[in-house]
Amino acid sequence: MTRFSALSLLKNAVSGNKNWTEQWPDSQPKDEYDVIIVGAGGHGLGAAYYLAKEHGITNVAVIDKGWLGGGNTGRNTTIIRSNYLYDESARLYDHALDLWEGLSQELNYNVMFSQRGVMMLAHNVHDVQSFKRHIHANRLNGVDNRWLTPEQAKDYCPPLNIRPDARYPVMGAALQKRAGTARHDAVAWGYARGAAARGVDIIQNCPVTAIRRGADGAVEGVETARGFIRAKKVAVSAAGHTSVLMDSAGVRMPLESYPLQALVSEPVKPIFPCVVMSNTVHAYISQSDKGELVIGSGTDQYTSYSQRGGLPLIEHTVAAICEVFPIFNRMRMLRKWGGIVDVTPDRSAILGKTPVQGLYVNCGWGTGGFKATPGAAHTLAWTVAKDEPHRINAPFTLERFTTGRLIDEAAAAAVAH
Amino acid sequence: MNPYRVYGKGRIDHRAPVSFTFDGKTYEGRRGDTVASALLANGVHLMGRSFKYHRPRGPVSAGSEEPNALIGTKRGTGRYEPNTRATVQEIYPGLKTNSQNTYPSLKFDLGAVNDAAYMLFSAGFYYKTFMWPKSFWDKVYEPFIREAAGLGRSPTERDPDHYASRYHHTDVLVVGTGPAGIAAALSAARTGLRVTLVDENAEAGGTLLSEPQAVIDGAPAWDWLEAQLAELKALGVRVMTRTTAIGYYHQNMVALCEKLTDHLDAPDPDMPRERMWRVRAGQVILAQGALEKPLVFDGNDRPGVMLAGAAQTYLHRYGVLVGKRAVVATSHDSAWYASFDLHDEGCEIAAIVDTRADLRADLVEAAAARGIEMHLNHSVSGTDGRLRVKSIRINRMRDGKAAFGRRIFCDCVLMSGGWTPSLHLFSHTMGKLAWNDDLTAFLPDVKTEACQIAGAGRGLWGIEAALNDGFAMGAAAAEALGKSGATPTLGVTHDRTGTGVTQIELPTDRSPSSARAFVDYQNDVTAKDLRLAVREGMRSIEHVKRYTTNGMATDQGKMSNINGLNIAADALGKPQPQVGLTTFRPPYTPTTFGAFAGYHKGGHFEVTRKTPIDGWAEKNGAVYEPVSLWRRAWYFPQNGEDMDQAVARECRATRESLGIFDASTLGKIEVVGPDAVEFMNRMYTNPWTKLAPGRARYGLLLGDDGFIRDDGVIGRMSQDRFHVTTTTGGAARVLNMMEDYLQTEWGDLQVWLTSTTEQWATIALNGPNARKLLEPLTEGLDLSDEAFPHMSVAECTIAGLPARLFRISFTGELGFEVNVPARHGRALWETLMDAGAQYDICPYGTETMHVLRAEKGYIIVGQDTDGTVTPYDAGIGWAVGKAKPDFVGKRGLARPDLVAPGRKQLVGLLTEDHSKLEEGAQIVRDPKEAVPMTMVGHVTSSYDSVAMGRPIALALLAGGHDLMGEIVHIPMPDRIIAAKVTGTVFYDPDNTRLKL
Repeated sequence: MTRFSALSLLKNAVSGNKNWTEQWPDSQPKDEYDVIIVGAGGHGLGAAYYLAKEHGITNVAVIDKGWLGGGNTGRNTTIIRSNYLYDESARLYDHALDLWEGLSQELNYNVMFSQRGVMMLAHNVHDVQSFKRHIHANRLNGVDNRWLTPEQAKDYCPPLNIRPDARYPVMGAALQKRAGTARHDAVAWGYARGAAARGVDIIQNCPVTAIRRGADGAVEGVETARGFIRAKKVAVSAAGHTSVLMDSAGVRMPLESYPLQALVSEPVKPIFPCVVMSNTVHAYISQSDKGELVIGSGTDQYTSYSQRGGLPLIEHTVAAICEVFPIFNRMRMLRKWGGIVDVTPDRSAILGKTPVQGLYVNCGWGTGGFKATPGAAHTLAWTVAKDEPHRINAPFTLERFTTGRLIDEAAAAAVAH
Repeated sequence: MNPYRVYGKGRIDHRAPVSFTFDGKTYEGRRGDTVASALLANGVHLMGRSFKYHRPRGPVSAGSEEPNALIGTKRGTGRYEPNTRATVQEIYPGLKTNSQNTYPSLKFDLGAVNDAAYMLFSAGFYYKTFMWPKSFWDKVYEPFIREAAGLGRSPTERDPDHYASRYHHTDVLVVGTGPAGIAAALSAARTGLRVTLVDENAEAGGTLLSEPQAVIDGAPAWDWLEAQLAELKALGVRVMTRTTAIGYYHQNMVALCEKLTDHLDAPDPDMPRERMWRVRAGQVILAQGALEKPLVFDGNDRPGVMLAGAAQTYLHRYGVLVGKRAVVATSHDSAWYASFDLHDEGCEIAAIVDTRADLRADLVEAAAARGIEMHLNHSVSGTDGRLRVKSIRINRMRDGKAAFGRRIFCDCVLMSGGWTPSLHLFSHTMGKLAWNDDLTAFLPDVKTEACQIAGAGRGLWGIEAALNDGFAMGAAAAEALGKSGATPTLGVTHDRTGTGVTQIELPTDRSPSSARAFVDYQNDVTAKDLRLAVREGMRSIEHVKRYTTNGMATDQGKMSNINGLNIAADALGKPQPQVGLTTFRPPYTPTTFGAFAGYHKGGHFEVTRKTPIDGWAEKNGAVYEPVSLWRRAWYFPQNGEDMDQAVARECRATRESLGIFDASTLGKIEVVGPDAVEFMNRMYTNPWTKLAPGRARYGLLLGDDGFIRDDGVIGRMSQDRFHVTTTTGGAARVLNMMEDYLQTEWGDLQVWLTSTTEQWATIALNGPNARKLLEPLTEGLDLSDEAFPHMSVAECTIAGLPARLFRISFTGELGFEVNVPARHGRALWETLMDAGAQYDICPYGTETMHVLRAEKGYIIVGQDTDGTVTPYDAGIGWAVGKAKPDFVGKRGLARPDLVAPGRKQLVGLLTEDHSKLEEGAQIVRDPKEAVPMTMVGHVTSSYDSVAMGRPIALALLAGGHDLMGEIVHIPMPDRIIAAKVTGTVFYDPDNTRLKL
């Protein structure tokens, strides 16, 4: 692997950029691996990276039905924050945030993690109560989050409309300054390059069709479009398709899949300094390094696997953005798209062991999985390597839906992830 | 005087000069010009700078696919838009335009230093650097990158314009008014179907506008066009120009954005600027034609280098010659025709350079007859010129390699790499494309919607082919809708069919590594970048796209995708279909946010729900709070009171005498039918069978997880009829949940549900004088405690109005809630206010309601509960019918963790120092613990209580029911507050005041 640096960039520039080598090879499947990870998104690739780097397990394959990073990793609005209410969530997302802060250097790949601050707007008394509850809990958990008055919020984000006669006036905001955005593709590519350099096989365009179990019930491997591949440990990290795969192993998952849409504007010079989320009007927005306003919408009302949402939701989202930021009314939408998010009953992830020996699962991130990428990957690797959960992901069991020990961020917060 | 104008040519009005400015300089165009055609008529090609290298750029196209000529457009205060395509924007007197992404000026731009260091800025370079030192990313590198990127500047003022939206139903929607679209519309309309025909251009006609030489059915193309438009009009076809089909959605819905004012001299300020149409069509016919591909060679981006078809369009539509001495570089026949047209209007064609060795004899003869020099089997290896192309370098090819080159001087280069079907809308439907090797193009294959693709969209070149395919597809659409009609076939003479070959980068005799052969102009992606991406392991076209940004510019790949795919496929050594095509996403062209928002702005963003009594509250100085879609009176300040003072007064008045409260926003659902009681038994935790008609009960609704979802008082009006109330915010959710269960789980139950929230106005009267006020106004009901005790309901007449009267209380005082038909709400309120004057009746708002209920320990769902609270946690386990066989949430409620010890339970808190707690503050047992502290609960409600003479609070506390009397701690940023755990009922624990 060529180490990236200003010097290597210069050297290669001089030689006409002809000597760059491939960042990961196009691996063909072997007959057997120690670990197979299904799903080459940021979570799956990251788990392979940490398995190799921190646990010395390098005979690993990451298998994807399409191109790596082509699912929600490459479709989300890249918001990263950790100001979650419950201890379990705060620990997981703050662990991820710690890893984000050093990820570019760790991977020798600039993932452009930009700590521009995430501001969540309170538009009614209920929002105020809810955000203050978060801020108090975050303070006692050592998680960065602070309350801003409407005027302070406008100082932080000048395009914000804080007129009291607005349909939903801004009554204040919660700001996590440590939060921000990152370049989503680079996260997948950086992990892929790092994992491949340590011996991991990344196998693209190879749909896994089923998980095979042996007579003793334990996992034996996966059936794929290119034949059976043996492995005693299989980790499924396939977002919306997780439930179908787990079903093939006889494990029913409490997941529902919904289309979630996002859009970008035409690029403009810097105008929007941070990330703003408003759950009450259902919109969130930031500006990418390229200059596009990146805007997220809510989920469609109906479950679906179609990676294209309806028009009405987008109309509502754009109206909401123009309501909170009236100067953007004459900006133009460049592109909109949809992804499929897998949602659990308590809107928190499932990350850990399953009732099947050798089968692990990482799913249910709903609308907020990108921010967790390094944390989820890191703890998934630990869980697979040691066959027991890391203390951080230990609460995110599948069994909690049977026992009732939920981690209900959505109910608690009424805030989108 | 326009030096490059051909008088008498084009569709513009030569007698109507129009002045506008570009970068502060005034130019004159003609009515009908775009900014691009007017500037070209003045000899101006340089209109912008590229994204990364800040290279000088001019228009490469004449339409909405333009990647280069992006400008800012301004019409007075608040009306500024960045990134407008100069090739689309029509001029009007007073239009102000400016170039973008330049400093200090378009002609001398410091950003062009990037161009010199282009080797450093190869594809994906930013992933490889800017990582050291770590802190520099946020502070140094990223701000620099952001400032360099971004093209135009965002508007900074509020938009004074408004936008409209409409629905439209049509049998057949035809997109595109070229020959295929017109023919399709004609043949569909002639069968009697309702047809809508749309085009993004200012004028209908498409290709016909650029090919006036054609003779259709014996008539010159433009005459034929005029006659057909007249027939379409006579047939009642709705023809919409300046209307872009931006997206194709499920069930044949197409979104159209119609531009209404951006071309007008002085638009009526009341007119919407744009209108979004949501069209539901029985059949959609996509007749969007094809897009011309640029050739990829070093210096193919210099101002003056443009598509041959664009030059032909500038000549025929706008009467503009794009130069005086042109070199034509092509691999397709179509550019030969363009060069003949330009030659015939006085542009010197210095040479036609074709990559092919064998050409059709008639083309060669026609060129020879005009004395045009021809260089067949030649490549292009470069261009020169700083702000405008000055020369082109061409090379004879031997064995596919470029030999020694020669220069030809010119002031413009007309290029054509052939044509690719425009299938964006088809792609929106997730329709499948199939690769056609002969055409080196993707063509439509498997359809997912009821649509037809006509003409060049499916690879049929030439007017005659498009026309007759249009007739056939129009007939096919009609047939699909049960109509049949004739499918005429028309003959076209002077038609221009042609063939060509598809090229990747043209061969060069120079070092390919120094070639700047652009594929995506705006994003400065070169062929080299694409090959580098492949070399670095990007094997899917999606990876290549994302790594290089090819196709991600504001033209969304219209100019670059197919060339990018061909080059990536070549680099990978795979056929194109195996590399794939990126999915086209809506909108087809960039579309104004305001048009999506439509009417939904300001007061109409989400229409504010107001109760029938809202007007009275407004007149009497209420301060409002938003509660879901409603606005509710929060408090009624008098004589400059602040909120605390007003609330204290309202609380005192209600407890001491009489308060009046508008409770109309509470959700109301009428549950009716023979199985109504069974339905209620299954839905709610409480038992309903024994509730007698005329009695009411507090109802508790759980989710299937066993947690509290909603609550409200429910009255049994008769054996088969319940008057259900819900929380204000929960009304729609509860009705949905009921319908969901009724329709999917309990289809056997005979029950009907009706939302009656807005049918009733609800007025709550609370206080020891409530009965005294009501009694004289009530007919048909004895209000005494014996005859109408607490938790009763009855129908009666109040103040002459038909009413449903509840005796219930959310304050702990003697209370009644009067429901009257909504139209009488205001009158009843005013009557009660007048009659209550003797008791100093006091209107109170939601804040007082909150305080009074908290003093009694009544919960508010969503404030004291949060979706993780069971009835037992909330201390209202008595509302769960334990003997019932089932109810929603019964099984969830039995899960181990929901009955485990240590759950968070609702308690009261009284601070030791009598300070008021903050809602949301967290509770700990050990105040000395270091962060992260062990949190055992949080404050859910906190108020200054007048009745108690001190602040009170409710909290969810782990194991709280077993901690009565103990001290817990609430750490605040500046101090730690100690509080004693109490029961939740602070005021009148024996409920004596309810029973007056």
